[in-house]
Amino acid sequence: MSLLIRNARVVDPASGLDGQRTLLIDGGRIAAIAETSAAFVADEEINAKGLWVFPGAIDLSAWLREPGLDQKATLASETFAAATSGITTLCYQPEPRASFDNAAQVKLIYDLNRRSQYANVEVLGNLTQGLKGEQLSNMASLKRAGCVGVSNGLQPFHSLQTLRRAMEYAATHDLTVFIYPLEHALAAGGYMHEGEVSARLGLPAIPSAAETVAVAQTLALASHTGAKVHFCRLSARLSVRLIRQAKASDLEITADVAAHQLFLTDRDVSDFNPLCHVMPPLRSTRDLEALREGLADGTIDAICSDHQPHEVDAKLAPFQQTEPGISALETLLPLTLRLVEDGVLSLSEALRKVTIAPASIIGSEAGEISVGAPADLVLFDPAALWELDLNHMHSSGQNSPFGGWNFNGAVKRTLLAGKTVFSA
Amino acid sequence: MLHAHLSPGPLPSRMQLTKDGKLKHFLTIEGLPPLLLEEILDRAEQFVTLPNKQQKKAPLLRGKTVMNLFFENSTRTRVTFEIAAQRLGADVTNLDIRTSSASKGETLLDTVRNLEAMNADMFVVRHEHAGAAHFIARYCAPHISVLNAGDGRHSHPTQAMLDMFTIRQKKGSFQPLKVAIVGDVLHSRVARSQIHALTTLATGEVRVVAPKTLVPAGIEKMGVNVFHHMEEGIEDVDVVIMLRLQRERMQTALLPSEREFFKLYGLTEARLKHAKPDAIVMHPGPINRGVEIDSRVADGIQSVILEQVTNGIAVRMAVMSMIMGPQGGAA
Repeated sequence: MSLLIRNARVVDPASGLDGQRTLLIDGGRIAAIAETSAAFVADEEINAKGLWVFPGAIDLSAWLREPGLDQKATLASETFAAATSGITTLCYQPEPRASFDNAAQVKLIYDLNRRSQYANVEVLGNLTQGLKGEQLSNMASLKRAGCVGVSNGLQPFHSLQTLRRAMEYAATHDLTVFIYPLEHALAAGGYMHEGEVSARLGLPAIPSAAETVAVAQTLALASHTGAKVHFCRLSARLSVRLIRQAKASDLEITADVAAHQLFLTDRDVSDFNPLCHVMPPLRSTRDLEALREGLADGTIDAICSDHQPHEVDAKLAPFQQTEPGISALETLLPLTLRLVEDGVLSLSEALRKVTIAPASIIGSEAGEISVGAPADLVLFDPAALWELDLNHMHSSGQNSPFGGWNFNGAVKRTLLAGKTVFSA
Repeated sequence: MLHAHLSPGPLPSRMQLTKDGKLKHFLTIEGLPPLLLEEILDRAEQFVTLPNKQQKKAPLLRGKTVMNLFFENSTRTRVTFEIAAQRLGADVTNLDIRTSSASKGETLLDTVRNLEAMNADMFVVRHEHAGAAHFIARYCAPHISVLNAGDGRHSHPTQAMLDMFTIRQKKGSFQPLKVAIVGDVLHSRVARSQIHALTTLATGEVRVVAPKTLVPAGIEKMGVNVFHHMEEGIEDVDVVIMLRLQRERMQTALLPSEREFFKLYGLTEARLKHAKPDAIVMHPGPINRGVEIDSRVADGIQSVILEQVTNGIAVRMAVMSMIMGPQGGAA
């Protein structure tokens, strides 16, 4: 089936395109891009006057829970939430009860997702078996099964030697290693950022150094092993500085940040708000500013949701007994675009952080509007105003601290390989 | 309705006051107005003389039910709350939750819901996690008041108020005073509450004295001056508050040994000479003799440690009666 989108403002950071265009979609791909549309005929035609069209967002971090933690969410529920939010590709994060040691487990995810097919799901395989940080995983077969990288998630390594060998082995197979920088001994079972708020609340705290020490160690090992490293979910000021310095050398490194880290700080935990219990923890205003600077100067390549849906009970307890994480698919694009309103990034730069930049990190052909590219697209109404209502979230997890926030601009339609998977 | 549970709700300091400014819960001292703290102290004055009288009871809470919910063991604290409630004529039930519902996998909220159904008017809560009393206050039935008897490292407001009562008894006004809090501030809910109380009452200077390993980062923002040397820290102070040091701190790389801690931070007679000659010595108890404090100081004339214990009952009676008594904050 073919589709014609007329009169839209097409914004594509990959090509630098920002102007009125007509898009012809055929066979799930972009067939033509033209300034006028006179010559095109299609099965369906959309007059997108007043709307923006940009590539569907690519989210480097979603904890999709199924199989293993289905009480929190399922692939169907979360990919649908993604579609409603303008996200067309999700990167499945490994966690101890939902992770990938072998090709069969990876194929299961693809099979499960094929049934609903609201969004593409890419998989990060385990870096060590069972994420136990001891024995290397079968990386070659994970890659053959389609994994776009390997990671140990939030789990610690038994030793730096294990990490070194894992990085060397990943480099052998040209797999990017996704590192969640956290020195667990320094984090010492803490629950929030170490600073004036934790001093007041008496919550056991995690110093920024728990992250920056791990960044420094990993950079040294990246230099030693030649592995491609992607740093996940930066939160600390000094981490940004270290990555900036390292990028000035020849290291093949990239980095991302969770959208909520760009808007919330440890002060939001002041009332023991369990919805602000996240890992890495919300840090200080200075850290937040450094993260925004890092985004603006290109030190931080991508913005992700770090989507962690939870059942209600997981957050219904005293802060220390709650599980960390935010249900964040539905705020990824709105928060990213709010950075434009805040003057941190231009529209094109902001979209780059959630389209072509993450696409290149996971080697996806999506994330751009060019002839032949997959027609994973978002039609977006910049004039719409809406409020995030926790009762009406599409994700199974309604654990968001952004309930009641107002946002400018809303997703009107999401296309996945040319097929409409969401229409408002 | 489900989602209402997930919204963070009001700040602890705000949710503990009724619309007309009366005490509804007592969770933390942070954010409470100075006048309210003074009201607690004034009211405690009325109760502190009772032990000398024939009639110790002031049956302001007759017909009320107080439930002591201790998720963490503390016989001493529990007993003081129990005596305070009994002297006010309330019915008291003690529940050691550790050995009952919690160990059977029941959630804290389920436990609270069940106890609500037994017609409680007040929960006195001790819990190992910071914010637990706040959590219960937020989700329990509206007619129930919550009194925090210590939550993690966060808050122990009645302990701090009995310390304030003792200081006022001995020193009169707070404004001219220099007060030093010495020892394990990092793990101390008592210290945090004392700091809030002292700064709210406009104490001249509040100091904390400890090695860096026992001082939480960012504590200066609470309005205290930090000292790492004992002699310097207690120089010229009017009040020295020693904190309890738990032995397990020696095993977690926070301190090398009890001996070294005592050598550097222990309160001895010689060291106490750095404070003002009429300085008082306080300790929330139970004391570790020879670790935080020398016996001669603990039992010496400047020590007011046992008076603190006596005052604890009066202050707890004051708070309970303000919350639940005639003209109290609870409905």
